[in-house]
Amino acid sequence: MEIAVLTKGVPDFREGQVSFDEDGHLERGKTPTVMNPNDKFALRAALQTKVRHGGNVTLCSMGPPGYENILEEGMRDVYADDLVLVSDREFAAADTWATAITLTTALEHMDKEPDVVFAGFKTADGETGHTGPQTCWGLDRPVLTHVISLDIEPENDVVRAKRLVEGDVDEIETVEAPLPCFVVTDPEFEPTYRRAEHRLELKDLREQTKRRAENYDDHLTMWNHEELNLDPDFVGLDGSPTIVSSVDPIPKAPSEREATMVTPDDEEGMEQVLEEMTPFAGGD
Amino acid sequence: MTDRERYEAVVVGAGPGGAAAAARLADHGVETLVLERGVDAGAKNVSGGLIYAEQSAPYTVDDLFPGFREEASERPITDYKMDNIAGNRVKTYDLTPLHENDTLWCDSVLRRKMDSWMAERVHEKCRESGGGLLTDVRVNGLLREDGEIVGVTCDELDDIEADVVIAADGVNSELAREAGLMDWDDPEEWFQGVKAVVDVPDGFVQETFGVDEDEGVARLFSGDLFQDARGGGFMYTNQDTLSIGTVFHLDSIVEERAESHELLNALLTHPHLSNWLPDEYDEIEYSAKLVPDSKKVALKEPHRDRLLLVGDAAGQMQAQGPIIKGMNHAVTAGALAADAYVTARGRSGETAGQRYATLLDREGVMDKLRPKSYDWTSGISEHPATANVMETVAKSPVGRAVLRTGAAESLVERAFNSPRLLSMLPDIKPAYVTVPSLIGAEQGAPVSGESTVEPPTLEERIGDLSYNTDIGNPHIEVRDNSWAASGTAVTACPVSAEDFGGGCYRSETVGTNGSEERVVSLDTQPCVECGTCAVVADTEWEHPRGGKGVEYEQG
Ligand SMILES: Cc1cc2nc3c(=O)[nH]c(=O)nc-3n(C[C@H](O)[C@H](O)[C@H](O)COP(=O)(O)OP(=O)(O)OC[C@H]3O[C@@H](n4cnc5c(N)ncnc54)[C@H](O)[C@@H]3O)c2cc1C
Ligand SMILES: Cc1cc2nc3c(=O)[nH]c(=O)nc-3n(C[C@H](O)[C@H](O)[C@H](O)COP(=O)(O)OP(=O)(O)OC[C@H]3O[C@@H](n4cnc5c(N)ncnc54)[C@H](O)[C@@H]3O)c2cc1C
Ligand code: SF4
Repeated sequence: MEIAVLTKGVPDFREGQVSFDEDGHLERGKTPTVMNPNDKFALRAALQTKVRHGGNVTLCSMGPPGYENILEEGMRDVYADDLVLVSDREFAAADTWATAITLTTALEHMDKEPDVVFAGFKTADGETGHTGPQTCWGLDRPVLTHVISLDIEPENDVVRAKRLVEGDVDEIETVEAPLPCFVVTDPEFEPTYRRAEHRLELKDLREQTKRRAENYDDHLTMWNHEELNLDPDFVGLDGSPTIVSSVDPIPKAPSEREATMVTPDDEEGMEQVLEEMTPFAGGD
Repeated sequence: MTDRERYEAVVVGAGPGGAAAAARLADHGVETLVLERGVDAGAKNVSGGLIYAEQSAPYTVDDLFPGFREEASERPITDYKMDNIAGNRVKTYDLTPLHENDTLWCDSVLRRKMDSWMAERVHEKCRESGGGLLTDVRVNGLLREDGEIVGVTCDELDDIEADVVIAADGVNSELAREAGLMDWDDPEEWFQGVKAVVDVPDGFVQETFGVDEDEGVARLFSGDLFQDARGGGFMYTNQDTLSIGTVFHLDSIVEERAESHELLNALLTHPHLSNWLPDEYDEIEYSAKLVPDSKKVALKEPHRDRLLLVGDAAGQMQAQGPIIKGMNHAVTAGALAADAYVTARGRSGETAGQRYATLLDREGVMDKLRPKSYDWTSGISEHPATANVMETVAKSPVGRAVLRTGAAESLVERAFNSPRLLSMLPDIKPAYVTVPSLIGAEQGAPVSGESTVEPPTLEERIGDLSYNTDIGNPHIEVRDNSWAASGTAVTACPVSAEDFGGGCYRSETVGTNGSEERVVSLDTQPCVECGTCAVVADTEWEHPRGGKGVEYEQG
């Protein structure tokens, strides 16, 4: 099986990593970029497919050259055989539409067309959830979204998946699609390995992948707009129909209470506090 | 539906028994799958632990795992003593001759380190012969076809068929029970072991015990410090920790209604121990497990159909007086089971199981596990009347006077060093409590030190352990919660106690129709999976699913 996974780098929003300036703007320079957390589920689904049916996993991202690290992370943590970084100034400032067009072209440009393409559900920063389905539309394939578990029967060219209806964990349906297809994994996705041979294979892959990731750049391919034969007018900012008219910060909730700061060392201040609190102590 | 998976051999459990069996099978080129329920081999296991390499054994652990002593064990044990304690008087005997009898070498070990080291080697070997080792998988039953055992069933995997199933799943083997080869009925057949691993500063062991880097000490403790419970204590030196524990006959814990953790505390806080403990007592792990008594339960025919039992699962745990030999026998038996399978496969006539039983016999393993001398004498020596007579004689002025003589001193020391006499040692109170404490009283000198040790509370001990709780899926269920049926578990469970609400078993009083009834309730969250309540209470007992439950760092 040929398997491709789409992934994006996002600011690491975890406590202690993320940094905002006084106005509440994200400080990109100070915040590390990591693989979009939801994309790990896509990679796990891809890995499950590889373990069960064999084949090759290509991890693909569109973004600045720094995204190399994201791809390396994908190789190290979740496993990938090959890495493709689609990177060019012409691709910059793409909206989801232009992103999808670029990714579609990259997927079609691969040596072997992937039997299954996996994408994550929503990124931690853009959060549109558009990119997967739009790329799928570009590829003209059936799409399975909110997938939480997956069984593929390559001999019958069939994919069977459990998915959340409307993203609701309480409503699960089982659907079937022909191969090739496009799968968007839900964060509820759980790989299953019910055969010992698969778990052994998985153990082998973890070992191999650790070693492979040490020389990840041997397995990395970069494509720019020329290599993909993409017209700059249709990608990046120029190819993005979305117009951002303005960006409004969400105002802070106004504080209606008056507050005075008192340090516990300040005896006089503390006395005053106690005095003011006394009437409430009786439960009034 | 894809077809059923099959391997030539499936080994359940990656303790010393399973590791040895799998390594030997793989050496024979047999496609072998090892299934271990812990997140890591050793994560579920507890031993004292001194591993012996016996001269007379056909296989020792370093035969099968070259480099074992350098990489997986802690210290060679070069000094072996026994302290007979009466109050604060102690008489020490040197048992090094007994310890060295039939011994090539003996090292202290910690099981997480030891088992996970062996598991890595096992996985590599098995991978070469077409199998491998998987953790986080619990085998939950035997796969049968037309009533015959043909493989295993698991929580995490689909059914697996095999030409041979080697169950090395330890003292609480669910497979041995399912096959009808073992039961959980009689407390007399088991010991309960409880242990604390204590951290000590670098170089402390050398200084305090007066040994080199590559030497170590074992000390045993018996006498009246445990009240009337039959058993004793041990202290073994590791690289930079001490393993201190107690092993008691389970029936004695039941009879005395002893709190296991308090017995351990009695040892830890005895002034005699202050000689070897640092000022700051730093306990890093509390653990417990049942131990089979091979004299009573070692199976002469540990097999059924394609199933062969190895190690604790087959009751192959020898208590040679104070010396506990389980791991070495598990290793030997594992290797013999593998050899038996390879010899018997493809032949008609003798089955692998029969061959295995023959090998255990021929290689002298059975004789160690079930000494004939014990079988002959236990009828008389464990008769209650004998205990009374011994007790009376020993305590009588005559008995005491005899013990005071110099001749008695060397005689008793010689007796303790005699493997043959020890194999006959009856499991009665005089042997464990009366005689050692009389020795202490009559021959001993008072100890000087004072204990500053404040052992952690049960709550703290539980708090220090790691658990991956299988929420909403308890692995033990109480079938009969009446006090009469299951009340003993409240005291015998090593993580429960009377008046402690945070343990597994609690006593409760419920009102029914105007009358009050005492019952027990169970919360399996703090369970350390020792197996005690499977024997002393009326339970439906299972291990947790793969990767769930307690996880030991030391073991
Ligand atoms: C209105 C709007 C205006 C924007 N304007 C700009 C702009 O001016 N400049 C700018 O730099 N960005 C801009 N962006 C951000 C950019 O469009 C998104 O980063 C990108 O299209 C992905 O969309 P998303 O983050 O919502 O991902 P989602 O659609 O939520 O992502 C779903 C999945 O698609 C895949 N995926 C998403 N992005 C990529 C990628 N780059 N490579 C590979 N796989 C991917 C991943 O598997 C991901 O889990 C804009 C976004 C929006 C919504
Ligand atoms: C306190 C104490 C002190 C001891 N001191 C000593 C000593 O000093 N020297 C000595 O030689 N022996 C000692 N022993 C005994 C020794 O620990 C055992 O005899 C020995 O560990 C037996 O080895 P085994 O391989 O049979 O079983 P174990 O070591 O118990 O291994 C069984 C393995 O099977 C796994 N398992 C169980 N059920 C399943 C399942 N259903 N599916 C998958 N995996 C499963 C377990 O997780 C475990 O890894 C002591 C024991 C205790 C408790
Ligand atoms: S609940 Fe049972 S198995 Fe668990 S620790 Fe207590 S006695 Fe042992």
